[in-house]
Amino acid sequence: MTSIMILVVLTGLGLVFGFILAFANRKFAIEVNPLIHIVEDVLPKGQCGACGYAGCMAYAEAVVLKPEVSPSLCIPGKEAVAKLVAELTGKAAEAVEPRIARVKCAGTEAKAVKSHGYVGVQDCMAANLLFGGPKVCKFGCLGLGTCVKSCPFKAMSMSPEGLPVIDPNKCTGCGKCETVCPKQVIAMMPLTAHVRVNCNSKDKGAAAKKACSVACIACTLCVKECPYGAVKMENNLAVVDSKVCAEQCSDAKCLAKCPTKAIRPAVLGIVPGTEDQASVETACASCVKPTNAVG
Amino acid sequence: MGEYFTLFMSAVIVNNFVLTRFLGLCIFFGVSKNLNASVGMGMAVTSVMTLSSILAWVVYNFVLLPYNLVFLKTVVFVVLIASFVQLTEMIIKKHAPALYNMWGIYLVLIATNCIVLGVPLINAESNFNFTKSVVLAIGSGAGFALAIILMASLREKLQYADVPKSLDGLGIAFILAGMLALSFFGFSGMIPL
Repeated sequence: MTSIMILVVLTGLGLVFGFILAFANRKFAIEVNPLIHIVEDVLPKGQCGACGYAGCMAYAEAVVLKPEVSPSLCIPGKEAVAKLVAELTGKAAEAVEPRIARVKCAGTEAKAVKSHGYVGVQDCMAANLLFGGPKVCKFGCLGLGTCVKSCPFKAMSMSPEGLPVIDPNKCTGCGKCETVCPKQVIAMMPLTAHVRVNCNSKDKGAAAKKACSVACIACTLCVKECPYGAVKMENNLAVVDSKVCAEQCSDAKCLAKCPTKAIRPAVLGIVPGTEDQASVETACASCVKPTNAVG
Repeated sequence: MGEYFTLFMSAVIVNNFVLTRFLGLCIFFGVSKNLNASVGMGMAVTSVMTLSSILAWVVYNFVLLPYNLVFLKTVVFVVLIASFVQLTEMIIKKHAPALYNMWGIYLVLIATNCIVLGVPLINAESNFNFTKSVVLAIGSGAGFALAIILMASLREKLQYADVPKSLDGLGIAFILAGMLALSFFGFSGMIPL
């Protein structure tokens, strides 16, 4: 008897609430501007939030309803989407600077010295909580792939050397990996950039070199070499203004003198581990033999 | 009258749901970063809790008790609260868009919160009459609002403090909540429930 009553009561309540909700859904339906859905369909739907809104739907709503919202905020969509959105909303499209994610670290397993082992949760955020990660260099990539998991476009993977690799064909420059990285070792770089600094260490030269054989040691040779003043030394780390490079420089002189090859051509799609192996070995076979054991 | 007042004060301060019973902690920590949001959250929880307690009381006394199905109360209340919150969301979205934008995501958060489920369950277990149920619901809501507003004011002040790096954020929030709970512990036993 009781079991039948359970069925009756639960089914009855379920039906009653279901009908109330269904009725309310019709009664309180809100007419949404159909354009919002059309615009949302145009957007890439990575829900990355690079536009500054909570997701593609939120941006579609804002761009349709608010006249001051620019149609070119969608970074993954690049110009094609900006144009479509502008057309749909009747706004003028602005130029979208195409950009791509870059890992500012070349400290592979072999090159970066470790201070301790880490066997905890395989996640950079967790590893970072324990003395800032297992590498002596507290600025470098932890290599546990939190960024890879965060990428909404599946443009990232881990190389066997333990550094993230970015697929330039898939990376949309949304910047999601930049925000999840606890070391801020990933940065967005314009596609027009000529050179990049493949190091994030703000340690002083000697300490940086002890911690990692391919670190920027703040020797300022690249700064002296650049005739256009595009390279600057900030906090013991070379910083390149790629706008100056793109506009004025045709052959990057800054690359030649770097003793650790921390500054290198911004060739897209090269696996960080392999590229530096080749260049370091040919450029300077004797001087930068890894001194890991001493560390 | 005195009885109702005692019940109300007991729910607000002595048996504060957040600080002495440790219910509703997820929204308590999630929303208490900002004073404005926590005031809105306090209002939302109070109103949803009151209305769902009324509904739950009706269902409990007119459906579950007569058919001897008291053991189903948890399941039934969960369904009831979830659908009620959905309904409220629809109505508010239609008739008070400004309020909807203010509450937005919090309303959905409430739908699955233990504090909202806790009050109807306590009402049912203590066999409270209608007025008592409503008083307890309003009191618990006010208690939640009090706790979250206190916490938000403290955390806003904390922005200017030099917190050790390892404790920054949630760590210091837990310590703060512990101290708040300790101070509320001083009231314990004043009104036995």
